[in-house]
Amino acid sequence: MFIIICWRHDYFDRQTVFIFYCFTIQAFVIFAAHFRVMRTIQFREALREALTEEMRRDDKVFLMGEEVAEYNGAYKVSQGMLAEFGEKRVIDTPIAELGFAGIAVGAAMNGLRPIVEFMTFNFSLVAIDQVINSAAKMNSMSGGQFTCPMVFRGPTGSAGQLGAQHSQNFENWYANTPGLKVVVPSNPYDAKGLLKSAIRDNDPVIFMESEQMYGLKWEVPEEEYLLPIGQAHVVQEGSDVTIVSFGKMMRVLEDADKALKQDGISAEIIDLRSVRPLDIETIVKSVQKTNRLVIVEEAWPLASISSEITYGVQKHAFDYLDAPIARVTSRDVPLPYAPTLVEAYLPNVHRIVDAVKQVSYA
Amino acid sequence: MAKVKFTKEIYTKWFKQMMLIRRFEEKSAQLYGQQKIRGFCHLYIGQEAVIAGCMTALEENDKLITAYRDHGHALAAGIPANEVMAELYGKVTGCTKGKGGSMHMFSKEHNFFGGHGIVGGQIPLGAGIALADQYNGTKDVTVCFMGDGAVRQGALHEAFNMAMLWKLPVIFVVENNEYAMGTSVERTTNVLDIHKIGLAYDMPNYQIDGMKCEDVHEAIADAAKRARKGDGPTFLEIKTYRYRGHSMSDPAKYRTKEEVQKYKAIDPIEVVGKTMISKKWATQADLDKMEDAINIEVNESVEFAEASPYPDASELYTDVYEEDYPFIVE
Ligand SMILES: Cc1ncc(C[n+]2csc(CCOP(=O)(O)OP(=O)(O)O)c2C)c(N)n1
Ligand SMILES: [Mg+2]
Repeated sequence: MFIIICWRHDYFDRQTVFIFYCFTIQAFVIFAAHFRVMRTIQFREALREALTEEMRRDDKVFLMGEEVAEYNGAYKVSQGMLAEFGEKRVIDTPIAELGFAGIAVGAAMNGLRPIVEFMTFNFSLVAIDQVINSAAKMNSMSGGQFTCPMVFRGPTGSAGQLGAQHSQNFENWYANTPGLKVVVPSNPYDAKGLLKSAIRDNDPVIFMESEQMYGLKWEVPEEEYLLPIGQAHVVQEGSDVTIVSFGKMMRVLEDADKALKQDGISAEIIDLRSVRPLDIETIVKSVQKTNRLVIVEEAWPLASISSEITYGVQKHAFDYLDAPIARVTSRDVPLPYAPTLVEAYLPNVHRIVDAVKQVSYA
Repeated sequence: MAKVKFTKEIYTKWFKQMMLIRRFEEKSAQLYGQQKIRGFCHLYIGQEAVIAGCMTALEENDKLITAYRDHGHALAAGIPANEVMAELYGKVTGCTKGKGGSMHMFSKEHNFFGGHGIVGGQIPLGAGIALADQYNGTKDVTVCFMGDGAVRQGALHEAFNMAMLWKLPVIFVVENNEYAMGTSVERTTNVLDIHKIGLAYDMPNYQIDGMKCEDVHEAIADAAKRARKGDGPTFLEIKTYRYRGHSMSDPAKYRTKEEVQKYKAIDPIEVVGKTMISKKWATQADLDKMEDAINIEVNESVEFAEASPYPDASELYTDVYEEDYPFIVE
């Protein structure tokens, strides 16, 4: 505006105006970039942006699940999406997980790109036959003729005193299955970039969120970005110990790191982002530097992601380890309701710090 | 259906039963607001006539199983208010020692096979409990409750078919309160009369007015008689209504005030009270006295829960296996 006025009134000579023009543009870019970086949004908003952007981009993508449309989502992830996309593409289902998961697989086989929301992954067990026996194997069984480009998403893990049936982590269950990819984001930035990649992925992706993180705010740029599935993220470089985790436990790890810093311990922190593929290489590289490893995982210990990492690290970095690998998982029991038992069950700052001290012989 | 003669005693039971559940749940809501009760908490307010009418039609050893909206069923099964309230607090004195919480009340002593959190999960279990009674040659009947949302689960259809094929002594009761969370029945099906699902399996099925204890009692009594005779299951669609939201976090914007008012106008507790007065079985003063006693019982349950301890952390490892088990401990 100002430039146009200058030009018209011939107030400055052309060169001055041009310099001024460049300066203004630059200032605007800096201002805009600054503004973009400063934008913080909630986890649920980041997911919504990913869903919405991908649905605008590709009309084969649609969302289905319980309460996703008229109720705007049990956790308000899909708020406003029915209004934008209509009931053809934002579909409320009855409480029939096995049925709608299977319907989504069929639709994927026939050219659509469904996104299935499980109200929580506890309920995905009702549908797991279609996820494991159909979606994960279709490509292989059909000799590459039928693929299932689809996403199964929803919250995983504990969320307070919800009792035994509503507090479970099945990341390792799904990760065990060839044909699937399993993504577990730990913050809104990762969630958006990874969900967009998951939707564009031509294979079935299990995408696991957290009830307790939906309100978490984070800086998320305005411009489009995608994050690759299968690459771990070194969140913080460090020299004394490597700590690996994923999903909501990264937030607990964040607090644990503050305590470690106070004790003068420099931790290299790795966020896996996905547990299938599992980026063992990044972990091994880090362990070769720090010589110590702690793994933090919300699932139960037996046959878990931490078990697999432990195998991979002893295989590829045996000579680099200065101490046995330690891990912090949930206790090896169903999670009861009482607050004292929830407290004793979950990984926490105290247990993580202890594990780090254990591998440091401190 | 056989007309039952309802006595003063039965009406008095209904009144007390429903009033206890109502006051207990109102207190639970209050305590949830004070964060004494945590997690998910689903109130039974409005649906009391279903369980009250059911219990007077059953025999001592008959069994109950239901979903997560289970405080009312637990109380009606005979679990003391103290133990139900202590469970809501997560205290060791609760009916599952603070392990189950709101959604998972259990009492073997009271033949209460639990509150279950996976929608529809309890339906095959109900049939299985009945199978054991048939196997053991008892004359006991199982009542298996579910919500209108639960009938959309495949588990129902598999279980119904086998239950009917094997003539299991089970009564399947859908408490149709018109909504599964925010989803009304007509948004999930073309068959609005849920009881007609029974037709596909040749299962006797009826639609019952769940705001009337009398109707519920009669329907359950008939179904129990059939089951005890060896004629197998019955499917009852009992039409009821929840006055509150789905759980404590649901503002229930998907329905109108008028709709809620329509049901409050035929509130079963008031109806039963009025009937007792009109039959001259009680005066308003008598009813007030019963209500006072119930208020005391509820307040005492809160004191009991408050005074009870939380389970010790070591309790994590109890009740997971029956035998000693080598848990992974790190
Ligand atoms: C398999 C499964 N899917 C989803 C849920 C989440 N959920 C809990 S209650 C509920 C609604 C059930 O409604 P209804 O069966 O009508 O029972 P009501 O709450 O009305 O008593 C849903 C979807 C669940 N617990 N289990
Ligand atoms: Mg319902």
